[in-house]
Amino acid sequence: MTIFIYLLTGGAFFYSLYRDREKSKRALRVGARVFLGMLPSILLVVGLVGLVMGLLPPEVISYYIGPGTGFAGTLVAALAGAVTLIPSIVSFPLAASLVSLGASIGTIAAFITTLTMVGIVTAPIEIKELGLRFTLWRNGLSFLAAILIALTMGVVLI
Amino acid sequence: MNKRKAQSLFRRFLPVGVVLIIVLALSHHDPHRGRAVAGAAGGYLVEMMKILPAVVLLMGLIDVWVPKALIQRYLGQEAGWRGVLLALAFGTAPTGPLYIAFPIASGLLQKGARLSNVVIFLGTWAAAKIPQVMVEAKFLGLSFALLRLVLTLGAILAMGYLMEAFGKVKVPTKGVEEE
Repeated sequence: MTIFIYLLTGGAFFYSLYRDREKSKRALRVGARVFLGMLPSILLVVGLVGLVMGLLPPEVISYYIGPGTGFAGTLVAALAGAVTLIPSIVSFPLAASLVSLGASIGTIAAFITTLTMVGIVTAPIEIKELGLRFTLWRNGLSFLAAILIALTMGVVLI
Repeated sequence: MNKRKAQSLFRRFLPVGVVLIIVLALSHHDPHRGRAVAGAAGGYLVEMMKILPAVVLLMGLIDVWVPKALIQRYLGQEAGWRGVLLALAFGTAPTGPLYIAFPIASGLLQKGARLSNVVIFLGTWAAAKIPQVMVEAKFLGLSFALLRLVLTLGAILAMGYLMEAFGKVKVPTKGVEEE
């Protein structure tokens, strides 16, 4: 996957350089800005991953969000994702570490899906721009969708 | 560096500092466990740093070549299937968290874009950005990432139509000049 990402980005960048040198420079600057913006959350999540992997015994993790927890575990994970505000890109290593410690596929899918689509912390901005009804509907349906997606994935991927 | 900048930097890195202090205190108290924590954290940091340069450059390239103004112009006009496809395609492109998209969505609705298309655009922006899917595939596996992507896209399409049909959503209007 890493090689694929580099090939794709490298190809795109050289094509961009060929087409427009100025724009490519700007893309580099935007990329650097995005990287710096993400840095605090990356370091935070890396630290949390370390604490989770180093301290929490796998039994604890699988007790709360393991395959045996079923619907309750999925719900807990979905709620956690809804209130958390970290860039989704940064959440994937955390999710992977939880899977390696025994979290079920369904709970992880629920967490990631609500993390990206449901935003409790950002709801005030959404209400201001798009109204209360819109916000309630979009977040409510997204939450429901996350649960359905998680349950489906838990069945399909084992 | 002025005072306000320093303050905001401090606030942004505060949680990291707290975690770091916990890790250090732990290592002092129990060196064996401390090493396990540091090892796990370091391993993930390396994995992350291996791909991030490519991922953020890709985000930069998309940002430059598919500017948000372009998205706004096209998505406000196109209707029917072309509108749906455009909403899906444009949603995969932007960089930045979802709350940046709310004002754009609001502007689109005021310009007469269909509600379902705007919901689809927001959903794709949130869940189906290309660099995001690639990082997901790296850490959680290609089949996990692709299956979640397909299911999410299906859910987003359904959400768009459900909200349009049953939501009775009225979006707050404001002066166009305000943008």
